[in-house]
Amino acid sequence: MIPAAFDYERPESLDEALRLLAEHGEDAKVLAGGHSLLPAMKLRLAQPGVVIDIGRIDALRSISKQGRRIALGALATHYEIESSKLLTDKCPLLPEVAAQIGDVQIRNRGTIGGSLVHADPAADWPAAILALDAEMEIAGRDGIRTVAAKDFFVNMMETAVKPSEILVSITVPVTRKGVAYAKFAQKASGFAIAGAAVWIEGRRVAVGITGVAARAYRAAGVEAALGGRRSLKAAAIEEASRHVADNVEPLGDIHASAEFRAHLARVYTVRALEMAISRK
Amino acid sequence: MAKVKEKPYFGRAMKRVEDPRLIKGIATYVDDIDLVGMLHAAILRSPHAHARVSSIDTEAAKSHPGVVRVLTGADVNPHCGTIPCASPLPGQNSPDHTVLAGDRVYFVGHPVVVVVAKDKYAARDALDLIEVDYDPLEAVIDPERALEKDSPLTHPDLGTNHAFTWSVGDDPTKLLEQADHIIKVRMVHQRLTPMAIEPRGCVASWDEGQGFLTLWTSTQVPHLVRTLLPGLVGAEENKTRIIAPEVGGGFGSKLQVYAEEVLACHLSRRLGAPVKWIEGRRENAAATIHGRDQIGTYEVGVKKDGTVLAVRSHTIADLGSYLQLLTPAVPTLTGLMLGGCYKIKGVRMDVVGVHTNKMATDAYRGAGRPEAAYAIERLMDIVADELGLDPVAVRLKNMPKPREFPFNTATGLTYDSGNYQRALKEAQRLAGWNALLKQRDRARKAGRLFGVGVSTYVEICALGPSKIMAAGGWEWGSVKIELSGKVTIATGVTPHGQGQETSFAQIAADRLSIPIDDITIYSGDTATSHFGRDTYGSRATALGGTAIVLSIDKVIEKGKAIAALLLQSKPKKMEFKAGSFFVKGRKRNALGWAEIATEAYIAKNIPAGFEPGLEASSFFEPPNCTYPFGTHIVAVEIDRDTGQVKILKYVAVDDCGKQVNPLLVEGQVQGGVLQAIGHALMEQTVYDESGQLLTGEFMDYPLPRASDAPEYVIGSTETPSPSNPLGVKGVGEAGTIGATPAVANAVIDALSPLGVRHVDIPLTPERVWRVIQAAESHPPVSLMVPDEDRKGGRK
Repeated sequence: MIPAAFDYERPESLDEALRLLAEHGEDAKVLAGGHSLLPAMKLRLAQPGVVIDIGRIDALRSISKQGRRIALGALATHYEIESSKLLTDKCPLLPEVAAQIGDVQIRNRGTIGGSLVHADPAADWPAAILALDAEMEIAGRDGIRTVAAKDFFVNMMETAVKPSEILVSITVPVTRKGVAYAKFAQKASGFAIAGAAVWIEGRRVAVGITGVAARAYRAAGVEAALGGRRSLKAAAIEEASRHVADNVEPLGDIHASAEFRAHLARVYTVRALEMAISRK
Repeated sequence: MAKVKEKPYFGRAMKRVEDPRLIKGIATYVDDIDLVGMLHAAILRSPHAHARVSSIDTEAAKSHPGVVRVLTGADVNPHCGTIPCASPLPGQNSPDHTVLAGDRVYFVGHPVVVVVAKDKYAARDALDLIEVDYDPLEAVIDPERALEKDSPLTHPDLGTNHAFTWSVGDDPTKLLEQADHIIKVRMVHQRLTPMAIEPRGCVASWDEGQGFLTLWTSTQVPHLVRTLLPGLVGAEENKTRIIAPEVGGGFGSKLQVYAEEVLACHLSRRLGAPVKWIEGRRENAAATIHGRDQIGTYEVGVKKDGTVLAVRSHTIADLGSYLQLLTPAVPTLTGLMLGGCYKIKGVRMDVVGVHTNKMATDAYRGAGRPEAAYAIERLMDIVADELGLDPVAVRLKNMPKPREFPFNTATGLTYDSGNYQRALKEAQRLAGWNALLKQRDRARKAGRLFGVGVSTYVEICALGPSKIMAAGGWEWGSVKIELSGKVTIATGVTPHGQGQETSFAQIAADRLSIPIDDITIYSGDTATSHFGRDTYGSRATALGGTAIVLSIDKVIEKGKAIAALLLQSKPKKMEFKAGSFFVKGRKRNALGWAEIATEAYIAKNIPAGFEPGLEASSFFEPPNCTYPFGTHIVAVEIDRDTGQVKILKYVAVDDCGKQVNPLLVEGQVQGGVLQAIGHALMEQTVYDESGQLLTGEFMDYPLPRASDAPEYVIGSTETPSPSNPLGVKGVGEAGTIGATPAVANAVIDALSPLGVRHVDIPLTPERVWRVIQAAESHPPVSLMVPDEDRKGGRK
């Protein structure tokens, strides 16, 4: 459990971090909370030559309201999100997700940005990020570009963030009502075997699913079946949720077969929808 | 010395004296030991379950900065003995277990090359520079398939995967013929990984000048290691000291002599420097023993009224590739205890031990008895289900009455004492039995899957009489009254979390009538605990505690002789009471321990022919093992949509005889029960078809956590053991033995309205969900053997 040798850099600013990234290229890895990268390094699955620790760049840590949206710095820890009064008030889905991540120690150190960029297919955040139509602000040497959540998750462990870039912030709309996250956790790791995040506003229904496939996705079949309805009845929810794994290839492993994962995705979609409706 | 006026320490729920140092992080574990000039070893392990090693290139590793030596099996094995199995069975067919692999590897995690370097980082980095060419061979993974004629072989040179067949009990065929019904069921008992929080590790230090070996190792059994290890590395027993410092969990997984311990000793001698090796978590999961792993078929012959006449089992035990210290003994304990707490005339078990390309199985908390208790307690429920009887009534019908103890079993054991009915009744009382059943009925009417499970277990502890043990089952202890009057006690048992630093002091403080703070307990170091058989099989208090009591009694006798001289009386006329020696009837001239001890060591005034000093040691040889028992009752509800089991109520009533410290008893029960909940609902060591270990870390191996613990209701009954003067039985493993079948029975009871009779553990959500799906689309299947299929027909 000893990582391979690496050089350690601790830039004090975003500019310096980007310069170091440009300098070291693909040999470098960005360290935020370290709860994905360090275990991978200890198992030597990741062996970066240079670790660029952005943890002291305080500008990337704040959670603030910006008009009708809320911006979360990529370094906001799961615990800071879980306990944020602003979020509990204006975007309760995020604290609800945060509270279900790992355990207290993990939530104290792990960050939303680190988790999103790692893009573990069973991570909790992607479901909520997709359901909320979040926008991801990604910094490169040429400035900041914005990527929609739906374009952010490319594949297993792969996102739109290029090796020379750093995810700096995530913005979400103010969404006080009609949101919920429900997940079935893998017993050992606590990651999601199936997690469903829901945002219902008016006649629009958004469902983000994590844990089920190689990357998190929006359950388009469920959304189409429920969208546009004035009221959502139990039977309709049951029926619509059958489409949760349409057009995806469910993963199978020792913790849950593909069939069981797809089944759980349906069950937890129903549960999340019912919770969201009760909170409208 | 202060007078003791409080009630006895024995029986008092006291906090552990060892806890503050553990909680503060100031205790010394193996990895805290740092010797001058110490080198660090790292081990390259096989990534294949079975392969031929065609070449090993260590050149790059050797030239890595900081690396001192890189050695392969060819370098090391000729200088070391093979790893011992202390419990071989007659006719056993098993391979020599070398320290490092030779030209083949036999399991994932098999040690192949060792690197020794000046620091642990260089040692680890150098592992990546070693090139090993493997020719992968077909691996033997499924133990049933392993017994087929055309199976590949785990060890081709043995010519078979069959290690042994061992049997216990007379042939019960006649009894089975007399039965009204025969029920037949196959049960798979999964493999588990002990996962002690502190992995293994050791520091070996060879003193060339004195020819003396010191080994600090994270072990439960320093004395067994001192008996077995010196000869493997060319050391002398009387020039070998083994020290178990603080040990962060054992659960049987450190009841071993491991290849890495032998290797570290050899390396220290070879390189002339202390050598440290610390196991990583993935190594621990792959190369520290596993537990359980049996496949059994069980036939139960039963009368219409629920009387069980006979149980016959054919069991396959997956041993893994090598035998560790007690690998073959574990399934024999299952056979011996298969009859459980019942009067069953015929109990027969044939065990076939099988080699597979996996890590060895061995003693894991309970060691063979959880398998037995699980089997018989599942069978009792199945009998009740098949006959339409109440599972509690079936149990009561088959239990021996309290007056029938000592009770001789069909497998040749003598249960020392018991009152199984009383523990059952107490558990029912604590569970609110009738109300609980009504709650179940209401839940079922509402369509919910609600179950209540019972297990009435018995186990065998305090192993034990030397005649049944491989190398002595006695225990040793010594008591020294220091000149100051303080008391130093050494025990041959090796506590590693059980709390005997506290409970032994409680026992001794009462017997000596001194304050508990005046007592220090030494253990775990063969230089101070001169003899010992260590800690396993819930033996420490019954045997080690008794050895201390015997020693105290000797010291008191010596004290009386000294007191008699000082008081100008005769030893026969002396009395020892409340910490004072006095002439019977003349308490006014009483002498205390400090006065007696001073005289004993100053030695100007001791009886003629008496040796100075005030100390004694004793070996205690028990006449029998002890047989703790109890009843656990569990209520669960299953989420029909997900298969998740929620424990709604957990009642444990354990009878471990007299309790020295009820707080420690409860701690042992709680920890054991939670481990058993993991066993019943979550845990399973998984190898894939090619022998890759898929549960090699905590991300994939689900140990239960605090949030999985139900709110326990813990009670007890007290049936003293006649096997030792303290009347204690042992409680270290009770939870893992009694709880697993109770949880499984509750879950299967919840599924029983669907016609389900049996589901193998672990009862994971997917497994339970699949059973629900299948049951909803298929009619129930009886496990009763139809009359026309019974050989010889019914009599």
